[in-house]
Amino acid sequence: MSTYIESKGASVSAEPQAKSVRRYTADLSAVGEPALWAFGGALALGIILVSGFLLAIFWNGVSTFWPKPIEVVTLKDGGQVAGEPSRVNLYRLEPNVLAALPEAVRNQIARNDGYVRRNLYRIGNYDLYNEDFRWVSEFDVASSERPRDFFFVERQEWGPFIGRIKELVVDDLNVAPDTLGVDGLRREQAAARARFDEIRRIERSEIGKVNHLINQERLELRRVELRHGVDSAEFREQTTRSQARIAELEKEYVVLQARADEIKARDQRFRVVLEEVGGDTKETQLSQVVRFYPANDLSLFGKIGVYLSRWGEFLTAEPREANTEGGILPAIFGTVVMTLLMVFVVAPFGVITALYLREYAKQGRLVAMVRIAVNNLAGVPSIVYGVFGLGFFAYTVGGGIDALFFPERLPSPTFGTGGILWSALTLALLTVPVVIVAAEEALSAVPRSIREGSLACGASKWQTIRSVVLPHALPGIMTGLILAMARGAGEVAPLMLVGVVKLAPELPVDGFFPFVHLERSFMHLGFHIFDVGFQSRNSEAGKPMVFVTTLLLLALIVAMNSSAIYIRNRLKRQFAGSQF
Amino acid sequence: MNTATMEAPVRPQDAHRASPTEYHVERAAEGAAITISNFNLFYGAAQALYDVNMEIQRGMVTALIGPSGCGKSTLLRSLNRMNDLVDNLRINGQVKVGLHNRPDGLDIYAPGTDVIALRKRMGMVFQKPNPFPKSIFENVVYPLRVEGISDKAMLEEACERALKGAALWEEAKDRLQESALGLSGGQQQRLCIARAIAAEPEILLMDEPCSALDPIATAKVEDLMYQLRGQFTIVIVTHSMQQAARVSDNTAFMYLGRLIEYGATDTVFTGPKVQQTNDYVTGRFG
Repeated sequence: MSTYIESKGASVSAEPQAKSVRRYTADLSAVGEPALWAFGGALALGIILVSGFLLAIFWNGVSTFWPKPIEVVTLKDGGQVAGEPSRVNLYRLEPNVLAALPEAVRNQIARNDGYVRRNLYRIGNYDLYNEDFRWVSEFDVASSERPRDFFFVERQEWGPFIGRIKELVVDDLNVAPDTLGVDGLRREQAAARARFDEIRRIERSEIGKVNHLINQERLELRRVELRHGVDSAEFREQTTRSQARIAELEKEYVVLQARADEIKARDQRFRVVLEEVGGDTKETQLSQVVRFYPANDLSLFGKIGVYLSRWGEFLTAEPREANTEGGILPAIFGTVVMTLLMVFVVAPFGVITALYLREYAKQGRLVAMVRIAVNNLAGVPSIVYGVFGLGFFAYTVGGGIDALFFPERLPSPTFGTGGILWSALTLALLTVPVVIVAAEEALSAVPRSIREGSLACGASKWQTIRSVVLPHALPGIMTGLILAMARGAGEVAPLMLVGVVKLAPELPVDGFFPFVHLERSFMHLGFHIFDVGFQSRNSEAGKPMVFVTTLLLLALIVAMNSSAIYIRNRLKRQFAGSQF
Repeated sequence: MNTATMEAPVRPQDAHRASPTEYHVERAAEGAAITISNFNLFYGAAQALYDVNMEIQRGMVTALIGPSGCGKSTLLRSLNRMNDLVDNLRINGQVKVGLHNRPDGLDIYAPGTDVIALRKRMGMVFQKPNPFPKSIFENVVYPLRVEGISDKAMLEEACERALKGAALWEEAKDRLQESALGLSGGQQQRLCIARAIAAEPEILLMDEPCSALDPIATAKVEDLMYQLRGQFTIVIVTHSMQQAARVSDNTAFMYLGRLIEYGATDTVFTGPKVQQTNDYVTGRFG
């Protein structure tokens, strides 16, 4: 470094007299030290990788819901394919296929070094075609157009339908779609969706409540049986009471069911006949149509509307179609609740441990060994924590809780299986080393003079820690918590063992006493990504969902971390000022 | 030997006292606030204090002077057992602290001594200002909070009295709820003094309280010691011989862990009995 500076300095001072002026232009190889270039290069590479990765996720995630046009491709053999163009690639033909092609096409391919371009179309209509996507080679294409009467119809089941709307059945009367127009269609579809939601509401919340109460009644009976025996007077009394109550509830159930059936019957009279590009038709209930739009006849505002409506569904609805469509609200909810629960467990646990290690324990060999053990815990593969969590929390602790408090529900486990509480505890265990190490660092960074000041005022050790040391160390402890939170929110492997499921119909929080059900299994964004991307029937169909979910998970972690950082900075400001 | 040039300047607020000597006699009648006898202190194997014997007079300012590393701060911190925080510390000998409820003196190193209660009766000011990361108000009333006092009127009254006592009230009264870390260094040190006197202790220990202060702030702190003399027994460790001469009634000169000479400040500075003291106070070494 010094030689570089000197040589540069010398030449600068010599410049006025020098006959040939030396220039320091972009001769990169000659200037600077190799180490500097290596460090700078490594940094640049890291930044490029990270920002490229984030950009790829962001772009793919943001563009997923944008409505694409529908292309109808007429093939040379007369067949037709209708679908959203999804992506393009180049490939080489098999020799025998190549040989079968006409001369002109072969020459064309030869000019392209033997490569052929092909398009992947999302053709939908899985119920008719048994595939979602189809490759079309360019040389097969006779013509391609974007007809205005083609609709992209998202359905409750079977994925999207791509084709024309041939006929509408309103109240068992056939109506040509043209007479209604798109607005009329939309009105009818909205009404049908309202019926669908009503049926779902009755079945879910009202019938669900009745079922819940019946179940409670049965559990109460079983509880009395376990406590007093089958022959006891209490049991007999409870039997009559429960039977009366259950009969009452079953009557309610019948009424509700009848109401649901009535709406269902009415719903059956509203149907839509869809026609795919080849002319096959499919009749479906209008209420099964989640969303539809004329893909090639959309204004910019129409497209924005579809885009926003898809985002809205994604963020607020439950998943459908094996998680490849619909929303991910349960997963967002599960991730947030589990992470917060984990923080609430790990924060006091980690801080108390650090306090003991740093403030109270006599610093000796034993404490040093504990410290090493804690640091090593951070390196244990996370799946090991999952196994431990399952074996210890779910089976041992949970099994014990079941035997003690929920004997009436056995043999079906309550706490004795994976659930959100055990997941949070397992992740707390996984992240506690991070918190301990950070908290210890923060505690040891509290100046000795401040502790002495407090002790000299006659404060006890605990008073000193509580009112002087902890407030001073809090920003550092918060940093550890933020790290732990980031790690915990992104962890998936151990959760697969201790409570995450592919689809959890019930959120851990609902309207039934005790309102928060920590024993329930839950959905998680990280697992959702794995499931949709790699466990679904068609990974191509899940791909956009993977990107969006990844984007959301990242956004969620960024949001949680930013709020933690905001809190930390507010705490820090408390200590700011002109330090002597 | 009598050429020692240090002369304690007479301050206006001191004028009513006939002479330092008279003042001594008057106060000495009240007896010793702290009695140190045969006190030895070891950090591990290294001995830091050798056989210190000393009586600190009640209501007076006693200065500990001596070159760096001579054990002045160690001795001061032994008086309220702040050295307890050091690992591997060993002591023998006795320190008796006379408090109002124990005029005969409490043997502070006896087993079972309530160190916390002891420290509540002895305020301490450190070399560097060490305000807590709290508001000015909370800093000052901290010793009261520690005692469990939460009556607002009482705390406010104590805060005002302590800040006035530390000559900080005028500067701080409008910003009591602001962070103490926003004060200047000199203000922070006076805040620490206010904190030390807020619970009205009987003894005030000051460990080089002015070493990090500019001359103006130093003058203010010294004025303060003048005002506090009589109310508190003050023990001050200082590097500055001028300061010792200005503020103290008695001076103890320490060297290499031993108490070399202890007596009235006048005597120590103008007619020391030991050659080492003379050399030190005249600036020949140190």
